Amino acid sequence: MNAVVEEHHDHDHKPTGIGRWLFSTNHKDIGSMYLWFAFTMFFVGGALALIIRAELFQPGMQIVEPEFFNQLTTLHGLIMVFGVIMPAFVGLANWQLPMMIGAPDMALPRMNNWSFWLLPAAFGLLLASLAMSIMGMGSAPNFGWTFYAPLSTTYGPDSTDYFIFSVHLMGISSVMGAINVVATIMNMRAPGMSYMKMPIFVWTWFITAYLLIAVMPVLAGVVTMMLTDRHFGTSFFDAAGGGDPVMFQHIFWFFGHPEVYIMILPAFGIISQIVPTFSRKPLFGYSSMVYATASIAFLSFIVWAHHMFTTGMPVAGELFFMYSTMLIAVPTGVKVFNWISTMWRGALTFETPMLFAIAFIFLFTMGGFTGLMLCIVPADFQYHDTYFVVAHFHYVLVTGAAFSIMAAVYYWLPKWTGNMYDETLGKWHFWLTCISANVLFFPMHFVGLAGMPRRIPDYALQFAEFNQIASIGAFVFGFSQLIFLYLVIKCVRGGKKATSEVWEGAQGLEFELPSPAPFHSYTTPPEVK
Amino acid sequence: MRAVSRPLGLACLLLASNPLYADYQLNLKPGVTSFSQGAYDIHTIVMWICVVIGIVVYGAMTYSILKHRKSNNPSPSQFDDNTTIEILWTVIPVLILIAIAIPATKVLLDMEDTSNSDMSIKITGYQWKWHYDYVGEDVSFFSNMSTPKEQISNQAAKTENYLLEVDNTVVVPVDTKIRFLFTANDVIHAWWVPAFGVKKDAIPGFINESWASIQEPGIYRGQCAELCGANHGFMPIVVEAKSKEDYLAWLDEKKAEKVAAAASAEKTWTMDELMAHGETTYNTNCAACHMAGGEGLPGVFPGLKGSAIAIGDVAKHIDVVVNGVAGTGMQAFGPQLNDADLAAIITYERNAWGNNAGDMVQPSDVKSAR
Amino acid sequence: MTDHNQQTNINKPVVGKLLLLVAMMFGFGYALVPLYDVFCEVTGLNGKTGDQVNLTSAPVVDGSRLVRVTFLASLNESMPWEFKPQQSFIEVYPGKPTTINYIAKNKSKESIIGQAVPSVAPGLAAAYFQKTECFCFTQQELKPGEEKLMPVTFIVDSELPQHMNEVILSYTFFTSTENNQVSQPEVALSLNQDHKL
Repeated sequence: MNAVVEEHHDHDHKPTGIGRWLFSTNHKDIGSMYLWFAFTMFFVGGALALIIRAELFQPGMQIVEPEFFNQLTTLHGLIMVFGVIMPAFVGLANWQLPMMIGAPDMALPRMNNWSFWLLPAAFGLLLASLAMSIMGMGSAPNFGWTFYAPLSTTYGPDSTDYFIFSVHLMGISSVMGAINVVATIMNMRAPGMSYMKMPIFVWTWFITAYLLIAVMPVLAGVVTMMLTDRHFGTSFFDAAGGGDPVMFQHIFWFFGHPEVYIMILPAFGIISQIVPTFSRKPLFGYSSMVYATASIAFLSFIVWAHHMFTTGMPVAGELFFMYSTMLIAVPTGVKVFNWISTMWRGALTFETPMLFAIAFIFLFTMGGFTGLMLCIVPADFQYHDTYFVVAHFHYVLVTGAAFSIMAAVYYWLPKWTGNMYDETLGKWHFWLTCISANVLFFPMHFVGLAGMPRRIPDYALQFAEFNQIASIGAFVFGFSQLIFLYLVIKCVRGGKKATSEVWEGAQGLEFELPSPAPFHSYTTPPEVK
Repeated sequence: MRAVSRPLGLACLLLASNPLYADYQLNLKPGVTSFSQGAYDIHTIVMWICVVIGIVVYGAMTYSILKHRKSNNPSPSQFDDNTTIEILWTVIPVLILIAIAIPATKVLLDMEDTSNSDMSIKITGYQWKWHYDYVGEDVSFFSNMSTPKEQISNQAAKTENYLLEVDNTVVVPVDTKIRFLFTANDVIHAWWVPAFGVKKDAIPGFINESWASIQEPGIYRGQCAELCGANHGFMPIVVEAKSKEDYLAWLDEKKAEKVAAAASAEKTWTMDELMAHGETTYNTNCAACHMAGGEGLPGVFPGLKGSAIAIGDVAKHIDVVVNGVAGTGMQAFGPQLNDADLAAIITYERNAWGNNAGDMVQPSDVKSAR
Repeated sequence: MTDHNQQTNINKPVVGKLLLLVAMMFGFGYALVPLYDVFCEVTGLNGKTGDQVNLTSAPVVDGSRLVRVTFLASLNESMPWEFKPQQSFIEVYPGKPTTINYIAKNKSKESIIGQAVPSVAPGLAAAYFQKTECFCFTQQELKPGEEKLMPVTFIVDSELPQHMNEVILSYTFFTSTENNQVSQPEVALSLNQDHKL
């Protein structure tokens, strides 16, 4: 795929001062803001996790009250899902999509600005409720990130209403971002770039954007129903008024399950960009990868009740959701096999992005195996609401999604900054992170199978040893991320100069641009053959 | 063989009983009902299939990482598709999934037939305790966690069944098809006993059901499995499975207890009796919120030490305890405790921790206040 | 440089359609509420029995088997009533209308309006359990100290699958208030003698 590169050094001036950021309509600046926001929230959510793991280091209550513990677990989940993983992927989309399709910017640059700035507002609100709780002015949300009724409606603290508003803001941000992604991909591809010639990362974001547009409004609906149940006399989820708490779960998970695919499809796209580069081979089975991603997205709409097997569903329902969930293993397996086939007989080198990508394939697959175990209904009766589930979703979200984000940052940092990052530090970060993540999350499988429920601040004595091991892993994991922070800042400030290509074997329009990519790139679209 | 196995067995027994020996349970246990055994079996099948697939997949990756590194294989192939293999690795997983789905379906269908049960127990989840009602037997009681606060706050050593012990266990007969009926008083809870393989949500306003036939007598412990507020981690379940004869004897005992409690409500108690009984009953039922020393949790649960209610008007004090305070976390304990227990608690609250109301509340006072 | 007006024009149709999709999905979220009820009625999941059934003709009675109907009573939260069935179970022929009573007594010093919510187990039996008269159809007010008989007239449909020979009918009485809010105590991270922070 040849491209004609244009350089506009003389037009590469950037706006200055705080206005540059507050009023930015530039996809690169907005991408950077999303990424820095996500990185900051990663440390906030991570700090909450460390308090949780410190409390769970030993049986007995040592550090926090049980009620506050519930606030910690709730906010940790909300922050990581809505404040880290999702914004980080949007940041990567902003930086990469226009360059990858040869477009000068996103389709709707001003809406792009709004999409970003809604997030600090939303999280300011959410974190304010935590600050107020610490100062003794009421509870922050304490009902789990899944906020089931009636715990969150009839029994929710006052801050629940701020939580609802915050979720609305996040939802609007995501939906606007997704509309922007779809419009950009549909309308702004360079001439000659047909859909089946798009980089795979663009495809996965295209499909993710449709998922977002479809399900975020349902989330908005369910939190609005919560609000009216709490204050305006409706009874959606209150049996007294003819409502049904289980209906909450159905509507929530109708959003919730596609949401977890929203958090993994871009990851699949990233791995599909990185593995070919470091194998010096094209991606195996490009079209199957596209169809597999689309099948996963479609299937994600018909599996939601596998989160609800203990609510008292009739057998026919349990069987349907078991079978549909099992089916998802097929396209997911296809993707894993394709990645391995890409590596097969390639010429592999193991720079940090590739290390994270390989770890992703190993460890996400681990999460996939436990996912298959979880969807088997009779066995799920023993796993549901235990640490076995906690292990499963942390494998797919931390060693899955979060590792892919780290891989992407390592992969594209030289393009963004013009400097190579420190490879030695990168490898230290990788190995510490990878090993500590396993020390942290693998024992959770065991305690879950041994009978430890989730969302408890204290536990019976037989769970003590593995909890201790997990807590040690947590602290090593948390502090290792400081290496990443240091490395990123160091790279932004300087380093060995990066070439356009950055990595031997890198393909794609972004690698035809100079490093750092100019503030305005592809103002004239390249020709794609 | 015997010469080796006996001492070996003894050694293992000693090791296992050594309190220093860490209980590293790695896997599910088969349990004592057909549910738990069905769950264990299908769990084992799927787990091993995943292990085998993992060996193949991880093996291929590891091989590639070792053999296809640039230093070994400097000229990479450029193949990027192979329709045959793609079809194979789509179809074979589907076949594996069908092989899993068949036994899974069978186990599930066996589990969901609650008909022809021999007895029923209605289980109600409360914040933060369970209530058990033996349907048709007029035996019902609350079951609270009985682990003392001092153990939780690390002021006393933790005993063996830390957080998994209750004041009133659920006694059931073995080899009897027991139908469990679940509901909740306030928010969604979930009743789970791993040894039975039974986990079901308890939903306010709705009835869920499950069943079990327990094969072995013994004591089985479980916990609440749905986040239900502050003390979600402190509402355990303890089931004692006895032989059918012992169960019937227990049932009679429980009915006799009820009669005795009614009788003790008739008698006049001394101050010492009230204070002694009050202290233990208070610690089980009230200390979770109001604390063992009566100081409460400022801003959350009012303190009773020096409080106007505990030293003031007796009738008002009885009313608060018996009927609760609507719109707050103070539940009505009238339905939960008998007259003697309530009288003892109220007397204790009025005269402990430096409170000096000086009066006694008799069970008959509570009865007339209901 | 691409023409700005051209670009806006290209985007309008796409953005317009996507915004429409957003609005439709928001509406779909709300549509799930009645859809859920329809699904519940059709399949009987969650044991929600239907509203009052009006019989247009005498139902077919199946004299070949007896079905045991067990009665349960629950009170929500701290509702200060006593509530129990007059008998803990009854055995009926499917198709034969039967009336039983619950007894409710208001033990408090105020008048209270309650709303009873029925639930049937097994969930799939709910579709075959019809009530022609029930105290759950309307709110029930009890004066302080008042005790009332609460009748239910029901028919177990003769179409009830053969393997089901026991049905549980449970009622939970809720206090009927405008806004069922239970205020949780304010949480303060206090320096309590047991806990640090």
